[in-house]
Amino acid sequence: MSEDILSRVRKVTVEELSVKEEEVLETSSFQDDLGADSLDVVELVMALEDEFGIEIPDDEVGEIKTVGAAVEYIEKKLPK
Amino acid sequence: MRRESVNSGRVVITGLGAVTPLGIGVEKFWQNCLNGVSGVHQISLINPEPFPTKIAAEVLDFQAEDWLDRKDARRVDRAIAMTVAAARLALDDSTIQLTDELKDEFGVFIGSGIGGLNVMHEQTRIMYERGPSKVSPFWVPYMIANMPGGIVSILNDLRGPNVAAVTACSTGANSIGDAYHVIKRGDATMMLAGGVEAPINDIGVAAFCAARAMSTRNDEPQRASRPFDLDRDGFVMGEAAGVMVLESYEHAIARGAKIYAEIVGYGMTADAYHITGVHPEGRGARNAMLRALDRAGVTPDKVDYINAHGTSTPIGDPAETLAIKGAFGDHAHKVAISSTKSMTGHTLGAAGAIESMVCALAIRDQKVPPTINYETPDPACDLDYVPNVMRELPIQYALNNSFGFGGHNVSLLLKRV
Repeated sequence: MSEDILSRVRKVTVEELSVKEEEVLETSSFQDDLGADSLDVVELVMALEDEFGIEIPDDEVGEIKTVGAAVEYIEKKLPK
Repeated sequence: MRRESVNSGRVVITGLGAVTPLGIGVEKFWQNCLNGVSGVHQISLINPEPFPTKIAAEVLDFQAEDWLDRKDARRVDRAIAMTVAAARLALDDSTIQLTDELKDEFGVFIGSGIGGLNVMHEQTRIMYERGPSKVSPFWVPYMIANMPGGIVSILNDLRGPNVAAVTACSTGANSIGDAYHVIKRGDATMMLAGGVEAPINDIGVAAFCAARAMSTRNDEPQRASRPFDLDRDGFVMGEAAGVMVLESYEHAIARGAKIYAEIVGYGMTADAYHITGVHPEGRGARNAMLRALDRAGVTPDKVDYINAHGTSTPIGDPAETLAIKGAFGDHAHKVAISSTKSMTGHTLGAAGAIESMVCALAIRDQKVPPTINYETPDPACDLDYVPNVMRELPIQYALNNSFGFGGHNVSLLLKRV
């Protein structure tokens, strides 16, 4: 897992969900652990799109439930 | 869920929350009103250069982070944040202890003339610049005009009736009047009621400039809002949130609450005349005042103070003057009249709320705030507008007038308890 991508996902998460950096672990679930509701998740996904310059289709948003899952998803999407 | 207590239908004001260009907190607001302080300055929330009008009455020291958690503070519309603050201040001022039972009987009627215009404007810009997929999921909840009241109910767990009036510049007065009726008919024991407007952004200023409604006295901001003065040239836009606690008289007495005033009359009419222009003889305004008096069973000569709508427009102020003469006859020349918009600017959907507060505070302290910038009398406005200096006066009844685009007219009559 890319440390660079992880740290950028954590930074976006801290910013968008207004949580403390130490709360944002690789295993953290955005909705169950970090207090996001469904609209927060939409906004978080938009912020990740901006951060990484990628498009995340609606039907793939369901794959991004945790911080770690987001990192894995972004790794797949980024040009090698 | 139904309380069994006696309800006489009397409704009193027991808490005030003000977020205004004259200060945050009702006592600061009120002292500045009495002292004749202007809240009008060059616009700081946006770059005013492109606009013919470059002045407004802003709440300079307002920070959303002082009233909301960090996540909400960052993204809610300014109108919502200001309302949350005003509601908090009103609840604190009332010293009410919220019980689970009371929360079911505690409603919220808070409206806005426009709604979340800042979010609407910013997200529309994003849609055109970056495409539809970049529009925030919070556009809908933060733009709709009923959300200030919705969020206040959520944050304070108030589960009674919840409605938002949208009647332009009479919104705040309609909200208070409608909330008064809710308690009067027994549908709630307590209500938070008021209005909000946060219109100072590019589209808001551009739009009101386009309507040719605003003063362009840019070089003298503090002298720009001059209701009833001969040299008035339009209103000055303001932002504010005003929320008050209304309560059944019996409930207030039983808990030993401080009572500012009682609401005894609520008159509503429509001009049925023009979308933005007032009826030249003030027909609807006159009838709203007469209805408020009639519902209270009070004759016009009993009214000691009128807080006028008085926006400082060339057409509106003489029409309201005629309307007051039509409703009050000879007494029109004896009653003290002032427009506090000379100090607060015109806060649109909040105006009726903060001006009803002025009436309540005038009754509490037996003092009338002035109409500032009154220098040259206009023959078409020939009543006693309490020019420039506040006045001590015995006040038993005070009337608040609020009129809105669309031809809405509201008068609220308050009584000393």
